[in-house]
Amino acid sequence: MEGNKKTVRMRGERQPMPEQGPRERIRNFNEVALGYSEEQAILEAQRCLNCKRPSCIAGCPVEIDIPAFIKAISDKNFLEAIRVIREKNDLPAICGRVCPQETQCEKVCVLAKKGSPVAIGRLERFAADWKAQAEIPIRHKISPNGIAVAVVGSGPGGLICAADLAKMGYQVTIFEALHAPGGVLRYGIPEFRLPKSILQREVKNVESLGVEIRIGMVIGKTLTVPELFSQGYRAVFIATGAGAPNFLGIPGENLNGIYSANEFLTRVNLMNAYQFPEYDTPIRVDKRVAVMGGGNVAMDSARTALRLGAEEVSLIYRRSEAEMPARQEEVQHAREEGIIFHILSNPLRFLSDNQGWVQAMECIRMELGEPDQSGRRRPVPISGSEFIMEVDTVIIAIGTSANPIIAHSTPGLKINGRGYIIVDPKTGQTSLPGVYAGGDIVTGAATVIEAMGAGKISARAIDRHLR
Amino acid sequence: MIIKQRCGIITRMVKEEVKVMHRILEKETLASGIKAMIIEAPLVARKVKPGQFIILRIHEKGERIPLTVAQFNPEKGTVRIVFQEVGKTTEHLGTLKPGDTLRDFIGPLGLPMEINLHGGRVVCIAGGAVPIFLEAKAYKKAGNEVLTILGARTQELIILEKEMREVSDKVYITTDDGTYGIKGFVTEALKRIIAEGSNVSEVFAVGPIPMMKAVSEITRPYGIKTLVSLNSIMVDGTGMCGTCRVTVGGNMKFTCVDGPTFDGHQVDFDELALRQKRFLAQEKLSLELFRGKCKKEAVVESRRPTKES
Repeated sequence: MEGNKKTVRMRGERQPMPEQGPRERIRNFNEVALGYSEEQAILEAQRCLNCKRPSCIAGCPVEIDIPAFIKAISDKNFLEAIRVIREKNDLPAICGRVCPQETQCEKVCVLAKKGSPVAIGRLERFAADWKAQAEIPIRHKISPNGIAVAVVGSGPGGLICAADLAKMGYQVTIFEALHAPGGVLRYGIPEFRLPKSILQREVKNVESLGVEIRIGMVIGKTLTVPELFSQGYRAVFIATGAGAPNFLGIPGENLNGIYSANEFLTRVNLMNAYQFPEYDTPIRVDKRVAVMGGGNVAMDSARTALRLGAEEVSLIYRRSEAEMPARQEEVQHAREEGIIFHILSNPLRFLSDNQGWVQAMECIRMELGEPDQSGRRRPVPISGSEFIMEVDTVIIAIGTSANPIIAHSTPGLKINGRGYIIVDPKTGQTSLPGVYAGGDIVTGAATVIEAMGAGKISARAIDRHLR
Repeated sequence: MIIKQRCGIITRMVKEEVKVMHRILEKETLASGIKAMIIEAPLVARKVKPGQFIILRIHEKGERIPLTVAQFNPEKGTVRIVFQEVGKTTEHLGTLKPGDTLRDFIGPLGLPMEINLHGGRVVCIAGGAVPIFLEAKAYKKAGNEVLTILGARTQELIILEKEMREVSDKVYITTDDGTYGIKGFVTEALKRIIAEGSNVSEVFAVGPIPMMKAVSEITRPYGIKTLVSLNSIMVDGTGMCGTCRVTVGGNMKFTCVDGPTFDGHQVDFDELALRQKRFLAQEKLSLELFRGKCKKEAVVESRRPTKES
């Protein structure tokens, strides 16, 4: 970096994130990353080159004016920083925590070429948390237009679509199937990565725009999409998430002690099973836990199992670490906490004890062959490399498929061969007039911020449709 | 800024649902440890069909449990549930009184039972504290002769007999101890019906897993179509978690979205029986703790106005 004229402003390396130490944090569910201090935030913000033609904004699916909010932080004008962010994003405390910045805004940061981009996500989180501490309400000027729009699902896509529509003056109702709002932010992402209090705060922000959230309403069962129209809603945005857990399809998968990641995390996060018996819902984790998969959900499951008292947690992934879809930070945190990575391994079958509980699993070693459709090198089994691993708890985190409830109950709604809703990507418009969809139920499992991007696109399209 | 203005177009139905706290309107003890309740749940009452279930949660720290809808009244907006006190949540539920409210009452869930049979002879079997009134009635309405078997351990535990007589052409009672009706299990009566040479076109059975398995084994050699309604452990009940997975015809099915009614000849009951034991130790602890603490306290807790989280 020496010799660059701008190093004067860069002031060295990226500010490290203060964290709970690994030994301490595996014994609690408190947040791992603690957030920047004001001092750190300002120092980090001062690293921004304030490029004339910034590339970071295009790297953000919700188009936050990143240089402007970072400039505000470096000027110590934190309120302005959060105001700039909230223009585009009503869930900044969440995005600052769970977005894969390294593949988005930070990836295209000019400083990334030198290996150390501005910590945009951490600064976003700082601004969002600062605002919450300062308790300064941000007022949006809203002129209600009296037009009702229904949003199905209160996950990130639904929340942001509802927020944007509310700011445009629509009267928005979110229908949530579970008994608490947030979707994957509630049942999927653990407390130690996204505290429920933060989620609640962001949900409140959205509600303060006039959005109403109805819990325990399973659209497709309690009410159908056509019924929403007959009740007076003029447009519907479907953001129900991918929903149904995938299984491996190998022998022994229904043995006791084998969970889908969705079940495991839902028990812990939505139902607070980690506080059993104060909370009624139980969870059972024994000594040796194996998690199948290499994404964020696999990391969350592995780290949750550790916190529930497992002695040894292994991660089984069929490709190499370079292909893991998880955020870098999650992989790093998992490693620090002592998760054992068995890469290039694939399970073949689960073996039972004499009472129907999983006792061991047979795996096979893999090697990487030619690139497949995803562009990643295809894992190929090495014959004769089978091995047995003793396990007593297994968590399967190999992705999700489309939940059938909405598609089955909405005549004329076109879905693809895998059950995902077909939309025009520019608008989110489905095969039915007035019905839009976005997020995982369209794309298959993706990220929080991509779902939010889709929510924003559909909010604009719904506005055009109704005006 | 909170918008107070409300859109007038939306009908009042949805609005009202928000205010409804799922009040318990009536409570009835059917037998020792078996209770029925009528719950205020207008949207469920409007949509539910035979074969479907609801998920309820008593209070903020409660678990979600599935219960079959026993009866419903769309005009009054009410749903009747029947439950046996077998664990913490059902025991707690049994302590609640009319006027108390449930935190959540979500549904209707699962697929409705499809009745494609007309003019046939159907045997409807209930083993223990399970309601099969709606299904029997639907079979009857579709023009079938309905033979009902109600089985229990002893006479006192035979429930819903009067209702079932209303929708059945004939009712057989079986008790394990022979205090009422035929001595033996429900399978005794089923064997008799089949042995009498009467042409049974379909069997619908609900009850403990060993009973549904035994019924399916009796009808299998005769090729009599046999439907069973499974009561798997569930969490969300909407297809999201897979804890209710069951093997049917060699394929993995989710009881909550693919069922709860399946072809009894295809269900792997042995696997299901093992899966139902997954949380036995925790369930026992939960129940003991509940019994240990002052019941009044628990009731008060459930009555406390619950905040939106």
